[in-house]
Order: sequence, then C-alpha cells, then structure tokens
Amino acid sequence: MIRYSVEEEYRGMIDAYQKAGGDESVLKSKDAAKLVVHENRVLANDGIKGLKIDTEKTASGVRVNFTVEKGVKIDRPVHLCFGLLPKEGLQEIIMKVDAQAGSEVSVVAHCIFPNAVKVIHKMDADINIGANAKFDYKETHYHGEGGGIEVIPRAKVRVEKGGVWQSTFALSQGLVGKLDYDFEIFCLEKAVAELVVKAYGRGSDDIKIVEKIHLDGRGARGMAKSRLVLSDKARAEVRGETYGNAPYARGHVDCMELVNGNEAVALAIPIVSVTYDTAKVTHEAAIGSIDRKQVETLMARGLDEDEAVDVIVRGILK
Amino acid sequence: MLVVENLQLKLNGNAIINGLDLHVGKGEIHGILGENGTGKTTIANLIMGLSNYRPTGGRILFEGEDISGFSVSQRAKKGITLAWQEPARVEGLTVRDYLSLSAKNGQIEQYLLMVGMEPKQYMDRDIDATLSGGERKRIEMASVLAMRPKLAILDEPDSGIDIVALPLLLNGIMEMNKQGSSVLLITHSEKMAEISHRVSILCAGKIIRTGTPLESSLWFKNNCLTCPHINEPAH
Repeated sequence: MIRYSVEEEYRGMIDAYQKAGGDESVLKSKDAAKLVVHENRVLANDGIKGLKIDTEKTASGVRVNFTVEKGVKIDRPVHLCFGLLPKEGLQEIIMKVDAQAGSEVSVVAHCIFPNAVKVIHKMDADINIGANAKFDYKETHYHGEGGGIEVIPRAKVRVEKGGVWQSTFALSQGLVGKLDYDFEIFCLEKAVAELVVKAYGRGSDDIKIVEKIHLDGRGARGMAKSRLVLSDKARAEVRGETYGNAPYARGHVDCMELVNGNEAVALAIPIVSVTYDTAKVTHEAAIGSIDRKQVETLMARGLDEDEAVDVIVRGILK
Repeated sequence: MLVVENLQLKLNGNAIINGLDLHVGKGEIHGILGENGTGKTTIANLIMGLSNYRPTGGRILFEGEDISGFSVSQRAKKGITLAWQEPARVEGLTVRDYLSLSAKNGQIEQYLLMVGMEPKQYMDRDIDATLSGGERKRIEMASVLAMRPKLAILDEPDSGIDIVALPLLLNGIMEMNKQGSSVLLITHSEKMAEISHRVSILCAGKIIRTGTPLESSLWFKNNCLTCPHINEPAH
C-alpha cells in the first residue's frame, strides 16, 4: 500500500474535497474549529474556546471525544473531515459527543473517498444533547465514480429536556456504493429531533436507511425525512420509525423515493406507533417515477427531458 | 402563426376534441371561451404536446411547420409555452432557479414585479407546497413572461388570483403581447376574454364561432350558459 506523508495526505484531502465541489477555505480557515482525519491519522485538530476535541488513534481509525461546554454557543460551524485517499482500506470513527446543557453548535462533517475501490467507512456515535442544548449536524459524502465503498454510519442520540437535535446526511456526489445508515434518537420532555437523509443511488448502489425516533418525554417532537433518487440498478430500503410514547408527543415520517428507469428498486417501510391518546404520529410515503407534470413543466420552458429530470433530482437532493 | 386543422382526440371511444379548427395570428391575443368540460384544458395540452395528449386526427401547424409529432421541449424551443391551470410544484427548486430557466437576459426580478410579487420576499422560496395556489400561479405567469415566447398558451390564468393581483396579471399579459408574443387565452370568464382581439367559443370539443370579444361574450351568455351539452357532439 502506498504511504503518504502528513502534508501530502492533508493536501490530498483538501484537493479531493475541492474537486467534489467543497469549499476548501472552510478547512483552511484559522478561525473555525476543525478536525481532519485521514485513515487513522489526525492531520489537524484546531479547537476553540468552549469546545474540546480529544482524539485517540486506534488500529483502524480514531476515537473522538467531542465536548461542547455548558452554556457555550459556538458561532461558526465546526468542521470534521474524515477520509481515505487510497483505493483500499478501513476507517472506523468511534465518536462520543457531549453537548452540555444550554450549549449550541453546528457541526459539518465532510467524508471524502475519491478513489475508493474497496473501502469501508464506519462511524459509531454515542451522542448526548443536554437540556436546552442545540446540536445541528450535517454530514456530506464525496465519493468517486468507482462505487467500491461501504459506508456504515450508526448513532444513538439522547436529547434531554428542551434540547434540539437536527441532522442531515447527504450522499449525492459520486456513486454511493453500499450505505447502511442507522440513527436512533431518544427524545425526553419537550425535546426535538429532526433527521433528514438524502441520497442519489446509481449503478448498483445498495442503500439501507433506518431512522428511528422514540418520543419518550411529554411534548417531545420528531421528524424523520428521507429523499432518495434511484437510477440504473440501484436499490434502496428506507425504514422510518417513530414511537409516540408520551403525552402530547408529535411525530412525522416523510419518505420520498423516486425511481428513474425500470431496473432500480425502492422500498419504504414506515412504522408509526402511539401509546398515549394525546400523542400523534403521522407518516407520508411516496414512491414512484419522477412526476411527469413536473418534467413537462420544465420542458415547456425549453429544457430537454434529461435536463428537466436533472433539475428535479438536484432540487430534491439539495 | 398557429393553425389547428380538424384536430381530434378520442379517449375510450369518446370524442373529447371533435374536429377543432383554430387560427391564432401573429401578435394576436386569441381567447377561447367555454364552459367547464368543453375541452379547454385539453386543447392547451394538445397544442403543447403533453404526454397522454396525442391527437387521434388532424394536425397542428406553427409558423407553417407541422409540429404534431414534436415533443414538449421541441415545441418550447420553437417558441411555444404553456402556463398550467394548476402548475406543478417542485421541491428544492427556488423561484430564482425556475425563472432563470426561462429568462434569456437574466433580469428576472422585473417579471415578478409584473405579477405583483416582491422579489426579495419570493426569490429564494421553493416553488413547493409552501406557496398558496394564487402565488404559484403568479410565479407561473412570471416564468412565461420571462420566456418571451412567440406563443403563450395561458390556461385559466385568472383562476385562484385575487382581485388585487388580477389587474397586474392582465397588464402582464398585454405587455407580453405588446412585446411581440401571441397569446392563446383559455378561460371561462367573459371578463378575462375582454383583453383578446378575437374570441372563439368552444362547445363539446369544437370551435363553434369566432368573433370580437363583445360579440362572443354576448353569444356565450345567451347560448352557452343555459346549454346542456358538454362533451357531446354540437348540433
């Protein structure tokens, strides 16, 4: 296996990120907190007052302890950058997040695998959002066109009283490969959870998504939203589960899977449950081809059919 | 500019469009006035070439060329466009994105102002379910105005539009016409049809007479509003 120097790895990560449409200035900025990890090596770890990022190298990745101190509100997004430049390899991120009471932070994770032929990227996260804390997490993947990657993000998130968890997972650059996403959220009293997953499956991509929200506290609210577009022989299964286990809990599952062509396969399995008469959980699932009227609306403005479909897909995945 | 000859559409054995002839001249606003169910929207869809609207007879000529077999895109590239009665909503597509598809000069704000919409308030909103029906229709009109088509087919442009926005919409149509666009104005409203140069009356999938707006409105009032035949051959 080819070994890279730290500088080469850092440069390579930033180049790959930029080529995939990312803004390299966010990873070079000295004002924003960031963590850059290539394989199991930490290339940059720039903290900021009120935020502690401790890392420990493991055989196949890194262990990260991410702590936002009580009452600290971080103005600028914190950037996490994980990736592998070689064609083969394994990266396991074990993450522990403690967003303490009253804190607020926005975290943007960039996962970069431009050359993957046989790569596994795993994340196991144990996340606690303290009382009245707010945590916004966006994870965007930049894959190459090889499709030889397996992405396995797993998270268990506990949101304490009045806390807010918002996450967006997007995988629309390059081939997905195999995605096995499983996030489970536990909301206590008046806590809020909003999960969004967006992916564009092509080639022989295989996508499995589980979004599970337990509304365990009085007045807790949750929304699990997924937007998938599938072409070629891609397959996707989306399970959106929301459980209203407390009085006045409110939940919603919103799944849209669009299939372009006759060989892609989409499956949606919504599960909604309530155990209190004042709780309410709703779901909507739409699976099918791209709406003909939408396509023809854009064609009537002079776009070719393929261009119209592309505009619609980009809108859904935006 | 647009010549429709003996156009026919049969669905499940029923004649929906029944030997329709229509001429729209260059620079003309041509109204089509008809009751519900007489085939007004079907004509719009046939001329625009939407899927599921393939004529079973007759032909459509645009600037002398038979476009009957053309796709929607091909017709749009020839200069024809359609403002839907109930326009589609597209998640993630902003008003700015949508108008930019039509505008050749990039000056999109003016087209929103022409339909009474404040660009700052609307430009970055999605054309999705968060817009009211009236707002979406005005954006549809703005998009057509931005395209500056040779022929704009407007299907019930006034439906769902409030009385404050309606005069602006009418001005927008007339302004577009002044700038050279022909307009096929499909409506059930005699008031709306008044801005036309000529108005044709549609009955059971067929144009039964064409005249000035006043003549056609009077005829429509006196004959169509009490007439029972919808999608049955006209006598």
